[in-house]
Amino acid sequence: MRLTPKAATLLVLALLVALTPFFFPSGYYYRVGALLFVNGIAVTGIVILTGYAGQISLGHAGFSGIGAYACALAPTHLGLHPALAIVLGAALSAVLAYLVGRPILRLKGYYLGVATLGFGILVSMVLNNERDLTNGPDGIDVPDLGLRALLETWGLDLTNGQFWYFFCGLSLILGAWLALNLYDSPTGRALRALHGSEVAARTVGVDVARLKLQAFVISAVYASVAGSLLALQNKFITPDVAGFMHSIEMVTMAVLGGVGSVLGAILGAGILTLLPQVLTVFAEYEQMVLGLVMVLVMIFLREGLLPSIFKAIRGKGE
Amino acid sequence: MSDLLSVEGLGIAFGGIKAVNDVSFRVRAGEIVSVIGPNGAGKTTLFNMISGVYLPGSGRVVLNGEDVTGMAPHLLARRGLSRTFQNLQIFQSMTVLENAVTGYHLQERGPVLADLLGLPSSRRRARTADAGARRLLARVGLDRAAEREAGNLSYGSLKRLEIARALALNPKVLLLDEPAAGCNAVETEEIDHLIAEVAAAGVAILLVEHDMKMVMRISNHIVVLDHGEKIAEGNPAAVSQNPAVIAAYLGAENADG
Ligand SMILES: Nc1ncnc2c1ncn2[C@@H]1O[C@H](COP(=O)(O)OP(=O)(O)OP(=O)(O)O)[C@@H](O)[C@H]1O
Ligand SMILES: [Mg+2]
Repeated sequence: MRLTPKAATLLVLALLVALTPFFFPSGYYYRVGALLFVNGIAVTGIVILTGYAGQISLGHAGFSGIGAYACALAPTHLGLHPALAIVLGAALSAVLAYLVGRPILRLKGYYLGVATLGFGILVSMVLNNERDLTNGPDGIDVPDLGLRALLETWGLDLTNGQFWYFFCGLSLILGAWLALNLYDSPTGRALRALHGSEVAARTVGVDVARLKLQAFVISAVYASVAGSLLALQNKFITPDVAGFMHSIEMVTMAVLGGVGSVLGAILGAGILTLLPQVLTVFAEYEQMVLGLVMVLVMIFLREGLLPSIFKAIRGKGE
Repeated sequence: MSDLLSVEGLGIAFGGIKAVNDVSFRVRAGEIVSVIGPNGAGKTTLFNMISGVYLPGSGRVVLNGEDVTGMAPHLLARRGLSRTFQNLQIFQSMTVLENAVTGYHLQERGPVLADLLGLPSSRRRARTADAGARRLLARVGLDRAAEREAGNLSYGSLKRLEIARALALNPKVLLLDEPAAGCNAVETEEIDHLIAEVAAAGVAILLVEHDMKMVMRISNHIVVLDHGEKIAEGNPAAVSQNPAVIAAYLGAENADG
């Protein structure tokens, strides 16, 4: 029996989440794994926007910032449960993505990149400057999600690291499942069509502006949820989450692994999450490394790591 | 109103140069009208205006009794207008089947949330479109290439794939821009039959084609363009004998060859 690409991707992810803890030398690696999964969620959104629909965002971290600070602020200021704060952040991100995207995506060309760049900078500035609310660049505490304590009363006793590892892992699998459903669906086909030829997509009846907007809003929700999960697991967040470098990091991860493939993009997220753990110098030269990765991928591996590997294997097989 | 498509005084200029000027004609249900003329005569530009890709500078396009001048292509598609492209507009990285399926977009589309969740309704819509697309691929002889990536197909095959995609819309009016270009004699004859078949089903067909034998064989009516102007029209016999046409078009082709 042959697995569909969708089933294969989900199986690989499930095995990854379930089995890698057996190889962890210490509890610390649960944290690294959880971070990898959070980045995986964000890049899955990039796959929908860039891989499927062919649109570029240079400010997606802005949505992560909204998701993160929703979890920091809504529980204290609105008395909302942190789990509902995730939902509120996602809804806010969706509305903002709609408002930013609607006028822009009617235009032809790469205006979305420019507009999102501005949007990301704006969010970052607000988070840095509204000290009364956000505590500025020093960052702010984020309340506990409370789910771990709940699981404990049910007899499931996890360390904090373990809890977030599995929670983010399951969230990533859910996010990947949604993205893979979309790929083969009528909407996904229309998105990939307008990516291939906008004029042809229009003549078969695709409302190009509307579909691009849908992809943009969906991908913003992914970035927002990723930001929320990051804030909740660290119990602390700084405005860096919304920074330009974080936006670039997301795009680079997706492009490195293969922006057209959910599994590929997650692989890219994995590599660029693990790299700084292995090479501590990476942190110092992060900007340089990201730039270098981007240039090298564009020159040698246009489609990204995973699709290129698959092509090489298939090429040999034939 | 038996005219499915009526073009009235249509014109457009690029940087002061009139690419199409005051062109009028009509296409009735089941009729094949061909537009011929030398390279650069304005045929594709005319198609682009009718299909909403270009905004006409002057004149009107009336589709099935409705003034649709300057209407967006995706809205024209809903009203039963479909087209192919001279310079292929294929979705390169999608499979042949997926390319044909996009022609069913208006039938298969639904709430995006249902598509994200992979609800049964979404999968049912997709499967219905798949089945239709496979039938159409069989009709243009591409059923065996269904799972291949479209970018790897030959030019002639891609031309037929575009026709399949255009037919998937179940159009009332079909615009074909050089459907037989790059096809061998056998393929050309197949396309020829296909067009006749589609017209026989009541579709109004507007055809641009350089293969004169094909044009003379299948057209009910021919419109001749030269430098953006309509210089002649009539049935194939009349047009092929028209001295202005021979001078402008057939002459030019002889001079080329
Ligand atoms: N977007 C555009 N901008 C500027 N000029 C254009 C544009 N589109 C078409 N033209 C010009 O309009 C004229 C008509 O071109 P068109 O492509 O319609 O010719 P055609 O009859 O289809 O020729 P062919 O037989 O070679 O396909 C040409 O001179 C072309 O350069
Ligand atoms: Mg042309």
